[in-house]
Amino acid sequence: MKRRLPFVIVILVALLTLVSGVVLHRAKRPPVLTIPKEQIASAANSTESIHVRGNPDAPVTLEEFGDFQCPPCGKLAGAIAQLEHDYHPRLRVIFRNFPLVTHAHARDAALAAEAAGLQGRFWEMHDLLYREQSVWSKAENARALFNAYAGILGLNIERFEKDMAGDKAQARVKSDQQRGATLGVQNTPTIFLNDRALPPTDLNPDSLRGAVDAAAKNVKSS
Amino acid sequence: MTRSRFRTALYAVAAFVSLVGLAEATYLTVIYLTGATAVCGGSASCFEVLGSKYARIAGIPIAAFGTVAYFSAFSFATFAAFGYPRARTFFALMVGAMFGFTLWLLFVQAFLLHAFCRYCLFSAAMIFLLAGIVAASPPSD
Repeated sequence: MKRRLPFVIVILVALLTLVSGVVLHRAKRPPVLTIPKEQIASAANSTESIHVRGNPDAPVTLEEFGDFQCPPCGKLAGAIAQLEHDYHPRLRVIFRNFPLVTHAHARDAALAAEAAGLQGRFWEMHDLLYREQSVWSKAENARALFNAYAGILGLNIERFEKDMAGDKAQARVKSDQQRGATLGVQNTPTIFLNDRALPPTDLNPDSLRGAVDAAAKNVKSS
Repeated sequence: MTRSRFRTALYAVAAFVSLVGLAEATYLTVIYLTGATAVCGGSASCFEVLGSKYARIAGIPIAAFGTVAYFSAFSFATFAAFGYPRARTFFALMVGAMFGFTLWLLFVQAFLLHAFCRYCLFSAAMIFLLAGIVAASPPSD
């Protein structure tokens, strides 16, 4: 019996590893999120003002729920902007704020983008925040940097500061977060292509381009 | 404690340490397969390491190789604890290879990425422990 015991232990551990791996995979596998028809954002007829880049009437919509302090979002930001450029006028990009509580400055960054948006420079601040993510993320006083960014973009800084603390910007962030929560968003980035969320494994520049390309071709052929 | 008992105890500890490493590597492999990014919480350096090109070999995550390596180490340590003499040699070779690879990964984190991931450091600690056990195990009679 003693000679067989190590074989039994090793086989048991192998089985246990396999089973726990499968169980964990099932538990961690994100659900497939979809946007119900009545909730699909329409830039043309919308009563809410949303941040759209590209042709507002484009047949393909990429809607991102992002957090300015999330490193994967930062890595994808450039790729998404490039896609919008390459697939113009068939693609429009919508950005929704979804600041995570685990990121100390994410909410302030979202408010900074919204405050810039109130002066018509949302996307410029969006791009700047992602480009400088590694700098302000580690800063103790991120707000001071956001003010500096507002200055770089030529915004009225006094108004920018007021807007960051104001109800309008707060309400916009809250409304984006509520939409995300309604759709089942939990992590960032979560990207919907038309009405369907892309699986997390597709959230890299190459897979994203492939998915957009397929969606654009699909629209062409139909 | 006799030499043989001491050796058995050492390999039992080695099997346990390998099991801990196996659990961590399995967890990271599964997380990679699900594509979840939340594994790093708010740590940018963790993301930087796990999302870097060094975290994969031919598209396969390093954690998957870690799973195989830890499982092999566990198996050899278990057989060694039960007195199989060849298992001791295989265990030492396996741990040697893991130790060498860990040194490379620490070099990558410190000098190429300038970022450390807590999972990688935990795994490195486990492998250093295993290497310590190999060094402390008495030679064959």
